Amino acid sequence: MTKLIRSEEEIMLADAARGYLDEAAPVAKLRALRDAGEAHDPALWAEMAQMGWTGVLVPEEAGGSDMGHAAACVLAEEMGKTLAPTPFLSTAVIAATALRQVASARAKAALAKIAEGTVTYALAIDEGSKFDPEAIDLVAEKDGNGFRLSGQKRFVVDGGFADRLLVLARTEGGVTLFDIPADATGVTRSAKPMIDSRDAAEITFDKVEATGEDVLGTVDDAMAVLKPALEAGQAALAAELTGLAAGAFGRTVGYLKERKQFGTLIGTFQALQHRAADLWCECEVTSSAILHAGRMLDTDPENAALAVSVAKARAMDTASLAVREGVQMHGGIGMTDEFDMGFYMRRARVGAEWLGDYGYHAGVVAGLRGF
Amino acid sequence: MNDDLAQFRAEIRAWLEQNCPQEMRDGAVGEDSTCWGGKNWNFTSDAQKTWLERCAAKGYTVPTWPVEYGGAGMNRDQEKIWLEELATINGRLPLQSFGIWMLGPALLHFGTHEQKLHYLPPIARGEIRWCQGYSEPGAGSDLASVQTKGEDKGDHWLVNGQKIWTSYADKADWIFALIRTDREAKKHLGISFLLIDMTSPGVSTKPIRLISGKSPFCETFFDNVEVPKHQIVGTENRGWDVAKYLLTHEREMISGSGLLAGGSRSLGAILAESGNLDEPVLRSDVMRHEIDGLAFGLTLERYKDQAEAGTGTGDASAMLKYYGTELNKRRQELIMAGAGSDALTWDDERAPHWLRSKANSIEGGTSEVMLSIISRRILGLPG
Ligand SMILES: Cc1cc2nc3c(=O)[nH]c(=O)nc-3n(C[C@H](O)[C@H](O)[C@H](O)COP(=O)(O)OP(=O)(O)OC[C@H]3O[C@@H](n4cnc5c(N)ncnc54)[C@H](O)[C@@H]3O)c2cc1C
Ligand SMILES: Cc1cc2nc3c(=O)[nH]c(=O)nc-3n(C[C@H](O)[C@H](O)[C@H](O)COP(=O)(O)OP(=O)(O)OC[C@H]3O[C@@H](n4cnc5c(N)ncnc54)[C@H](O)[C@@H]3O)c2cc1C
Repeated sequence: MTKLIRSEEEIMLADAARGYLDEAAPVAKLRALRDAGEAHDPALWAEMAQMGWTGVLVPEEAGGSDMGHAAACVLAEEMGKTLAPTPFLSTAVIAATALRQVASARAKAALAKIAEGTVTYALAIDEGSKFDPEAIDLVAEKDGNGFRLSGQKRFVVDGGFADRLLVLARTEGGVTLFDIPADATGVTRSAKPMIDSRDAAEITFDKVEATGEDVLGTVDDAMAVLKPALEAGQAALAAELTGLAAGAFGRTVGYLKERKQFGTLIGTFQALQHRAADLWCECEVTSSAILHAGRMLDTDPENAALAVSVAKARAMDTASLAVREGVQMHGGIGMTDEFDMGFYMRRARVGAEWLGDYGYHAGVVAGLRGF
Repeated sequence: MNDDLAQFRAEIRAWLEQNCPQEMRDGAVGEDSTCWGGKNWNFTSDAQKTWLERCAAKGYTVPTWPVEYGGAGMNRDQEKIWLEELATINGRLPLQSFGIWMLGPALLHFGTHEQKLHYLPPIARGEIRWCQGYSEPGAGSDLASVQTKGEDKGDHWLVNGQKIWTSYADKADWIFALIRTDREAKKHLGISFLLIDMTSPGVSTKPIRLISGKSPFCETFFDNVEVPKHQIVGTENRGWDVAKYLLTHEREMISGSGLLAGGSRSLGAILAESGNLDEPVLRSDVMRHEIDGLAFGLTLERYKDQAEAGTGTGDASAMLKYYGTELNKRRQELIMAGAGSDALTWDDERAPHWLRSKANSIEGGTSEVMLSIISRRILGLPG
């Protein structure tokens, strides 16, 4: 039976990741990028490729390390602790999982590039202000042997710099997923600097040409490819948010042990102790859901939806609590830009919306649990 | 390994099919639905008695205990399979008791071989029912300040004092109690863990009525009760170690109680039958509870896996106790809200369950005490 504890390899991976990220991508890194007006650091991404992280879900025959979803969640969780700004979720998790569902030589070549770190992807689904893959209007009209894509996408995370786009479009008999270059004729991108200092683009498609080759999977049946990709992304995002909560919590507990008021450490005040303890409990419960989601994606992907939605819902809730308590328990200093807690708070809000908010995932859970 | 487990599952399934009486397959978890055992137990049906005897003969009442002490010697994976298969047929547990949850684990850890052979099999067979004599009027959360005293009289202790909130003291055959045997030592270092026969001269009980209308707990009085020296668990004056160890098991048991109710069905699915679940605020609360409940169930699993792998922490039981009981209280509130006025009479079992659940975050250590334990021992915040 699969165990709900980390394996030795996973523990080693987490330790290695933590060591690396503390050095190479602490919150100061994100802050520096923000101050420089950038949302992506290609050098950081190249190093992650070297370590096999970008190929975490790429099969070995395509040059990947193929460590599986639980391992991808381990990495995402560590990245969440330091808010490492990378296209890991869009490219290494979501795009890689989508491409893996397809048996073509082209998909294999794309996977190889992901593992090498020489291509980045962004997923273009949202058109309104909420995640809802069912409600899209962007159309791909038949044009000879190919298609022409017209419409608008919003909140395309990493879409401002990605090399390629996975675009969900309406076709005659359903929805279809396209894999096209981000600089194709007719694509207009406007990168929007987001509150979390990462980038999400608004993208206009004006009769953008796509061939049958560009279809990922089958025409009219995007979900066969997209569903596993979304679930992988949702689980990894949940892991990132759990890491984020742990990062914020660690700082807060540290502060309680160092800040003095009324002649004593504020950590001696029971009003704060009990709230910190309650938050720790929430973090623990959420960690279990993350582990389980990773295990389900690795062992029983057909039936992972419940585990993934529980993980995403829990993680965004816990992250939100962790950053709210984080600011509050730091007092005035928690409100300053100089202090890092604000970065955690803003990323938690973006992560809560991306790939489905609480209500979306609660709806999935209710449906699967019979009400 | 997995083949062995599949084989094991097939065996359990076949055994249950043959041996679990139909009447015991209704998933009932009410106070009398499951047998609590002991000399005073009145079986509610022949099926309940048969079910207990069949399980006891196989060691299934205490699946993980060693066979020589009345268990089935199952490992964790096997126990999980047993519980899963039992849930699949909606089967009742054959027996529950403080002996199983609390005293058993403490004896397995601290008892002598003779004590284990003497006390454990009757617990496993449901013959002897135990109650817990910890709390006193002046020693609740501050449990280590118990005052009930035991004077050394050579071959026995002479016990005098009073316990309170002793659940089922009027039905139990024996009591495990914290007794002050050294009044000079610091409070944690003068307590002994004694086993006392409730039929000993000088032991008496007086029931206390609860807000749920029932009276399953009592005041327990000790008036010159003689307790033979061999009825001590662990070392004299070091009973606090036993008491704390037992509490971790008690807390884990209480923490899971809310999840067992309802079997494998979700609360939402149960409430949907009332037709009241379309109301958006209730529905949203039920969804949130469902998500937290599923994640908490996984946490119970994870902590058991950790304990088995030797990477767990004893203090983690404080977290399970706190979270699980608060969750169960939420669940009971939702059940009442879902039922509306249907659940507002005493002949409906939901109201007493709802009221009883309020004790979950008090008994076995209050939620506030759990948070303090987490804050000090796990987070290392200054006292
Ligand atoms: C936006 C903003 C504007 C401000 N404007 C002004 C201004 O114009 N003029 C001015 O003088 N000040 C101003 N302040 C300062 C503000 O009054 C202080 O931040 C506030 O009094 C808290 O003090 P602190 O930041 O030192 O936090 P601390 O006192 O260090 O508190 C840290 C944490 O410990 C908790 N805590 C402290 N003591 C106890 C206790 N005994 N029991 C339980 N918990 C405790 C606090 O509630 C908090 O959660 C401003 C602050 C902000 C954020
Ligand atoms: C249904 C039920 C069954 C029980 N069964 C048994 C049994 O079988 N055997 C047995 O021995 N006992 C039993 N108990 C007793 C139970 O263990 C005690 O009630 C519990 O330990 C709390 O003690 P108390 O009632 O004296 O409350 P108190 O300790 O007086 O607590 C009152 C309030 O103060 C809070 N408080 C106390 N200390 C602190 C602190 N340091 N910081 C913050 N808040 C604090 C508490 O959390 C609580 O909210 C049972 C209780 C109930 C309700």
